Amino acid sequence: MESTLGRAGIWAVVLLLAIAGAVGAQDSGFAIHMGIIGAVAVLLAVMTLVRFDPLAKAQTFFKMPPGPARYDDDVVRWGVIATMFWGLAGLLAGLFIALQLAFPVLNLEPYLSFGRVRPLHTSAVIFAFGGNALLATSFYVVQRTCRTQLALPSLARFVFWGYQLFIVLAATGYLLGITQSKEYAEPEWYVDLWLTIVWVAYLVVFVATLLKRNEPHIYVANWFYLAFIVTVAMLHVVNNLAVPVSFLGSRSYGAFAGVQDALTQWWYGHNAVGFFLTAGFLAMMYYFVPKQANRPVYSYRLSIIHFWSLIFLYIWAGPHHLHYTALPDWAQTLGMVFSIMLWMPSWGGMINGLMTLNGAWDKVRTDPIIRMMVMALAFYGMSTFEGPMLSIKAVNSLSHYTDWTIGHVHSGALGWNGMITFACVYFLVPKLWGRERLYSLRMINWHFWLATLGIVFYAASMWVAGITQGLMWREYGSDGYLVNSFIDTVVALHPMYLMRAFGGLLYLAGAVIMAYNVWMTIAGRVRTEAPMGDMSYDEEADRPIVSNPQAQPAE
Amino acid sequence: MSFYEVFRHFADSYGLIIIFGLYLLLCGWHFLPRSRDGVERAKHSIFQEDDNV
Repeated sequence: MESTLGRAGIWAVVLLLAIAGAVGAQDSGFAIHMGIIGAVAVLLAVMTLVRFDPLAKAQTFFKMPPGPARYDDDVVRWGVIATMFWGLAGLLAGLFIALQLAFPVLNLEPYLSFGRVRPLHTSAVIFAFGGNALLATSFYVVQRTCRTQLALPSLARFVFWGYQLFIVLAATGYLLGITQSKEYAEPEWYVDLWLTIVWVAYLVVFVATLLKRNEPHIYVANWFYLAFIVTVAMLHVVNNLAVPVSFLGSRSYGAFAGVQDALTQWWYGHNAVGFFLTAGFLAMMYYFVPKQANRPVYSYRLSIIHFWSLIFLYIWAGPHHLHYTALPDWAQTLGMVFSIMLWMPSWGGMINGLMTLNGAWDKVRTDPIIRMMVMALAFYGMSTFEGPMLSIKAVNSLSHYTDWTIGHVHSGALGWNGMITFACVYFLVPKLWGRERLYSLRMINWHFWLATLGIVFYAASMWVAGITQGLMWREYGSDGYLVNSFIDTVVALHPMYLMRAFGGLLYLAGAVIMAYNVWMTIAGRVRTEAPMGDMSYDEEADRPIVSNPQAQPAE
Repeated sequence: MSFYEVFRHFADSYGLIIIFGLYLLLCGWHFLPRSRDGVERAKHSIFQEDDNV
């Protein structure tokens, strides 16, 4: 009882601080954020005092099996649900801003203007959808490969819910206009501090679980997860160094200025791609692809070379975002050279993943999850080929600032990150909820084709748009003046923007089908459907024709 | 020489050699004859004692 009161007391203190923060706030955005924190404190205090446990109710609602049986999968289940939810939200936001670019009338000022919804989209898909997928799969994989339960279970729950609070604060902040204007690092100083606490807790849970492992070797997937957690912590702290204008306000000044600021930002930005969207998802690949294919990874040693090469090379590639800027020339060249070198480990990893299916290629036809994984690896290969190519200065002079970059990012994000995440969620849901199989395998097939077609529409239209843009921008007339004004390019791109939005719609439709499939699987339903890859075999017809005379030669 | 110059000359000489050596060491370790069994075990470790729980 005393401890209950004590905990409720802590929440009351948090509530009071939040109220004080809201009252003394320098701007309305900060006041609203303090209100959100106060509301969370009230909810937690009520939960402590009257033993009102909405979490247990929600777990019943989502039909989660009770308690840790062999492994502690509670957080993993929540992570899977959060992945689905934020995935749909992020893709919807993406479709909305794609339509805004095609139809500017959709810019609903001020809260739903393109400038505010765009970071909402990027953060929702990268950090909310991707981040939750990484949280869930890392906690799943580290337990299985170490053959031990999650260390520090309550800290693991704090990591999950703390991360959701970070997402809510970041997302509401964007719509309220709170931003420090750093790409993929838009949240302001107090949200950054909160994420730092959550992230260090994540590192502690992960490392503590590794330390109590019952398996002598740490499986390579965990190396990738650990690299992802450690590097993101480092990137996040350095890039977000800032001095708040006021401790009760949402504004801050960054620690760096000018070209140093730009370099720090793209050192962060590119390694967010390298360690969040690549290393973390490669960890998923190195565990789930062998598991689903039921074959060990093609070459374990190649996976180790893949790992160390990514670690040693990726961290230098950031300056390729700053070609032809005030950044010193040698630094630009350094970024370009390291980007090109990255092509080798990336393709080594792709080949390693694909060759895992050696001898089991028939599964691509019969197993739609494997098919998704193969498509993810193919897109990993394609985007890690396109990336080094775009980092070459001569190519970059055409492609930079155009929609080609957007197309490149989306072939990686939709093709690689999206597809591998979908495949892992399809793998996980039946196991986590103790179901025999998914509600429907044929729906995965629908999802697969909708997503693939969506990416094709997206990437192809953005290639055309980007090259059109690049060529129009640099076109000089015989008088030495630029031929096109900016609005000329906007008009020229309109059809491509429509195709892009259509591609996004297809991709979102696939995700909606997935959500329904996952929902029905959780509900314990099984769809009656013809199995995939079933071949009809007629034994009567399977014999040579012997009664006929020899075939006549053609006249 | 300025602080910056000292650093950058270290970075493109000894620093580069150290990092490259470290890379070769970390990769090469798993190619030693004596680590063959360990690699083989690790490769198959995710399939041992699996009951999908």
